[in-house]
Amino acid sequence: MIIQMKNVLKRQPIWAIFLGMFLLSSLFVPGFFSSGNFLNILVQTAVDGMLALGMTYLMINGYFDLSVGTVMGLSAALTIGMQKYGLFPAIMSAALAGAAIGLVNGFFVAKVKINAFIVTLGSFIGVRGLVYIYTKEDALIGEIMELGIFGSDSFLGLPVLFVVMIVAMGIASFGLRMTPHGRYTYAVGGNMEAAENAGIPVDRTIMINFTICGLTAALGGILLAARLNAATPALGWPDKNLMIIATVVLGGTSLTGGSGSIVRTLGGLFTIGMLYNILNLMNVQSYYNTLIMGLVLIMVVYADSHIKKRNLKTA
Amino acid sequence: MGETMAVIEVCNISKTFPGVKALDSISLKLNKGEVLALVGENGAGKSTFTKILSGLYQTDPGSGDIKLDGKVTHFQNSMDAKKSGIITIFQELSLVPFLSVAENIFLGNLPRSPLGLIDWKTLNARAAGILKDLELDIRPEVLVGSLSISKQQMVEIARALSQGAKVIIFDEPTSSLTEIEKDILFKNILRLKKKGVAIMYISHKMDEVFEITDRIEVLRDGKNRGALVTRDTKLEEIIQLMIGRVIDDYFHKNEAEKGEEALRVQGLSKESLFSDITFSVRSGEVVGLYGLVGAGRSEVAETIFGARKSDAGQIFIEGKEVQIRNTREAVHAGMGFIPEDRKEQGLILGMSCIENTSIAKLSQISSYGFLHKDQEQAIFDEYKNKLSIATPSPLQKVMKLSGGNQQKIVLAKWLCMNPKILILDEPTRGIDVGSKAEIHKLIAKLAESGIAVVVISSEMPEIMGVSDRIITMKEGTITGEFTGSDITEQNLINAIALTGQAVEA
Repeated sequence: MIIQMKNVLKRQPIWAIFLGMFLLSSLFVPGFFSSGNFLNILVQTAVDGMLALGMTYLMINGYFDLSVGTVMGLSAALTIGMQKYGLFPAIMSAALAGAAIGLVNGFFVAKVKINAFIVTLGSFIGVRGLVYIYTKEDALIGEIMELGIFGSDSFLGLPVLFVVMIVAMGIASFGLRMTPHGRYTYAVGGNMEAAENAGIPVDRTIMINFTICGLTAALGGILLAARLNAATPALGWPDKNLMIIATVVLGGTSLTGGSGSIVRTLGGLFTIGMLYNILNLMNVQSYYNTLIMGLVLIMVVYADSHIKKRNLKTA
Repeated sequence: MGETMAVIEVCNISKTFPGVKALDSISLKLNKGEVLALVGENGAGKSTFTKILSGLYQTDPGSGDIKLDGKVTHFQNSMDAKKSGIITIFQELSLVPFLSVAENIFLGNLPRSPLGLIDWKTLNARAAGILKDLELDIRPEVLVGSLSISKQQMVEIARALSQGAKVIIFDEPTSSLTEIEKDILFKNILRLKKKGVAIMYISHKMDEVFEITDRIEVLRDGKNRGALVTRDTKLEEIIQLMIGRVIDDYFHKNEAEKGEEALRVQGLSKESLFSDITFSVRSGEVVGLYGLVGAGRSEVAETIFGARKSDAGQIFIEGKEVQIRNTREAVHAGMGFIPEDRKEQGLILGMSCIENTSIAKLSQISSYGFLHKDQEQAIFDEYKNKLSIATPSPLQKVMKLSGGNQQKIVLAKWLCMNPKILILDEPTRGIDVGSKAEIHKLIAKLAESGIAVVVISSEMPEIMGVSDRIITMKEGTITGEFTGSDITEQNLINAIALTGQAVEA
């Protein structure tokens, strides 16, 4: 059991870092070790976790998506704004909009062969325009009380939004390991030419993963709308996309594709969530927060590449 | 000493990569003012040798030395080699396209004005001097990116001279040049020679070797196979040294009954790569596709498998015409393809043995979108036994396996699909001798099980040993077809080397 734990921590150093930080904070940061504070962290991670989930699929596939932040903003606006047609249509329209944007991104990358950075930068900016057009630059307030109640509800003592995210991650993790599509995702990200030569539907795999990424960004927007029971045009702008990519990289999913997992992303998500929480508890000014975040990201990724090199040498 | 003094003298150097000895006690001399050809098939060790001379690789510790002007030297990195005057001009040119010709020539050594800025006047004047010296009609101010490949190559030569080159190594310099551009290059090589620069010329093109070089060094399997004086040498001699003559007895001829026609290719053409390729393979038969590198063999194979597009031609499987627009359709039609470069084209190195084995079959071993891991395991176990794949665990990443075992994983991937047709491109490249024999045995067994097999190889012993029938190619066309007692060394050499008409068997 202990050996197993050791192996897991060796393969997923982010969880070791998380545990270390958790222990230190519990001992030295006043107000950290309390169930109220933990629930607070969990609820904060729900939305980002949803976005990071789809991004993990896409990054294992060897790509990334800069549009997730504004897609989240758009779907939050739709979730609130479409409520006049009923809650279900509102949520469906938000989810479909996200999936459709993802599909379009995927089409241009896989079929038209335009660089993913350019394609998703374009949709990142373009979707922001859509949000402003749709909201007419105004905040939207929810009319259906059930959504807000759902957003602040809890299940088995855990925030419902967090439970939704964890269930989604469970399904995603299972899908990555147990379906042909999951395997194709690793294969295409690991070596596209070899995947092609094995007769794998490479283009389809890429398009599906872009669609998943758009869809989960939209689901994140729906969760956010539920939490706020409102939407503002600036949600997700400007740097949500980069923070999500940072979370996934921090977890240990490779930027170049071919390796990674949902469990790692969860580690990255908790680590970042906890770090923000600690800095808040310690009353660090929010600009320092971002500075420290940047430094931590570089340090962890450096440590990771160092460990990988050492492992390669001993192998 | 005088004229014949060796600039570089290499004594017994070796280079080992995990699992493969790429160079085995190589020795050679390169004299001032001479052009030495380094020839050999792919995998012979030419590029490893070049990389050692350019400081990109280090020799095995204790394996021998490199003497430069009589002194033993060790290059720690490519800077060292350059400083010592050994400049390599690689196939892929290393110029900065958005800088001027003059800047490229003096990059890293730009003349400065007293203020520390670039002294453009001196820079351009010096560059103009070097260009004039080479009789090149290139202005120093133009951007390198706007020049033709040929002229860019000249700029590289100019740069080499500006760096005080004593030795220039050309690696396949004419691969993207026209005939006229080649003549210009050769004129410049002669000029370099007169200046006393020692030149090593690496090429697959034998006519060029005869035209420009003074001596020839042949490598095969990482060993010296012969040092020849160009003007006293015949083409056949070189080719024989390159491909080896011993027919080893470890080959296992295929005894299978030949069945119906499984694959027929008719009039397959692709501009500038190959034209009018027509042949057929019966089930249970092994057909060898033989020719020197650049003859178009791999391109034909990749086109049949749908990884490349053709301009014209038809493909028939079991007598029925099929449209193969991509690799998926080829797999669906019952083909498997084992590409030349295992690591780049055949395997997903970061994935495990079991995952690489089942990758083409996943849709068949899943239901309702979920994989049956037990079936996957069963398939892997079956082929692990059948092919005796040596791996500590099915979960071992394939990057950690030896070349032979990696190739068996690629084979397993296709065999579990029960293919009708299997195309193997250089199936034993970079694989040690013992595993080679195993792969050859497997090829015979595959044919016996009724698969139509196409083998591409540059190794004559291999192709003669495994094939029932050999089709020879040269410069993108089929030049001959040989069966039974017509499969002789001489016939094959004639068919792949001689210019002129197709050789009648």
